[in-house]
Amino acid sequence: MELKEIIFFILATATVLSGWLVVSLKNIIHSAFALLITFFGVGGLFVYLSADFLAATQILIYVGGVMILVLFAIMLSEKVYNVSIFHASKILPGLLVLGGVQVVLLRVMIESPWRIRAGADSVMRPTTEILGGLLLNEYLLPFEVISVLLLAALIGAVVLIRKEVKRRREGACL
Amino acid sequence: MPETIIPAGYFPIILFFVIALFFGLVTLFFGSLIRPNRPSVEKLSPYECGNPPFMDSRSRVFIRYYLVAVLFVLFDLEAVFLYPWAVVYHKIGMYGLVEMLLFIVILLVGYAYAWRKGALEWD
Amino acid sequence: MPVISLESYLLVGMMLFAFGMFGIITRKNAISVLLGFELVMNAAGLNFAAFSHFTDKTIHGQVFTLFIIALAAAESVVILALIIAVYQKMNTIQIDEIDSLKG
Repeated sequence: MELKEIIFFILATATVLSGWLVVSLKNIIHSAFALLITFFGVGGLFVYLSADFLAATQILIYVGGVMILVLFAIMLSEKVYNVSIFHASKILPGLLVLGGVQVVLLRVMIESPWRIRAGADSVMRPTTEILGGLLLNEYLLPFEVISVLLLAALIGAVVLIRKEVKRRREGACL
Repeated sequence: MPETIIPAGYFPIILFFVIALFFGLVTLFFGSLIRPNRPSVEKLSPYECGNPPFMDSRSRVFIRYYLVAVLFVLFDLEAVFLYPWAVVYHKIGMYGLVEMLLFIVILLVGYAYAWRKGALEWD
Repeated sequence: MPVISLESYLLVGMMLFAFGMFGIITRKNAISVLLGFELVMNAAGLNFAAFSHFTDKTIHGQVFTLFIIALAAAESVVILALIIAVYQKMNTIQIDEIDSLKG
């Protein structure tokens, strides 16, 4: 194996293993940090897809943003340690779904005649400029709708949190 | 467009990660070999020579930090969408400027709303 | 079979998706359910980018991944705000203890 294949293998393995840790660890903070490794791993895999901008976005948004939010939410809700976090009755159905999804997707993956284009690997190019052209021409409507979505998320978060801030201010227990 | 092979350019990043990991692990390992290990209650308390802790350190953080984090994430996303626009700006010009202004104005409405509702006040 | 191929990407995506589903089903803690959901979103984005790279000359798939990332971030902002609001009201985020529709 070449060096880049070895690194790819390590990245993919780390991503999958930490993905499993996310759903199997008992302490929620530990599983949040396992998710952090998964995000980094997926970002590294994007690099191999000649998606350099996506890799940077993955790090910027997920690692820098969503992860912070998740950790804040964990710290805002008090009971972190010593809580039972698994539905004991749901583990068997969960494993069944896990196996079922994997069997179905594996079959699809193996039996479908994928039309791989020739020379897909090895040659890569910077994508930011192409992405910009696509976003502002062909995908203009989704692009603007995304801003409306962000507006909705912002207003939703402010409405949900503001009540609590106000109630606490009146309670003056800060 | 000249086609370049990017992964070679990413090699310094990998090197950086490996060195950082290696440095941390090696330092911890050699430290644990060399240092004496005689813990006591006083030594294990968070501030050995300071105030005695009066509550559990794992308590809830103030809820308003969450709103600040929300603002950060949303405008982080906006910045991500600004990068491709900035790269192609000289090609698209006025048309792109209007599109991006629309995008930013819609988000500014949300910012004004949050400001108006006092989400940014820090009393 | 080469190591870096469409199949290995699909394998990673499949694993992440299945693990995410497992987490969504079995977890009691609302934030853990959200973490499983993030895994599913990442798997979807990875598959879009992989198909775009291996089967298509253009990079339309990457635009979709970009939108998926934006969607996932916006959605986790709202979901976490909901979780915090529910916690303030009911003092719990165990989803089996939140059983009244009227707060």
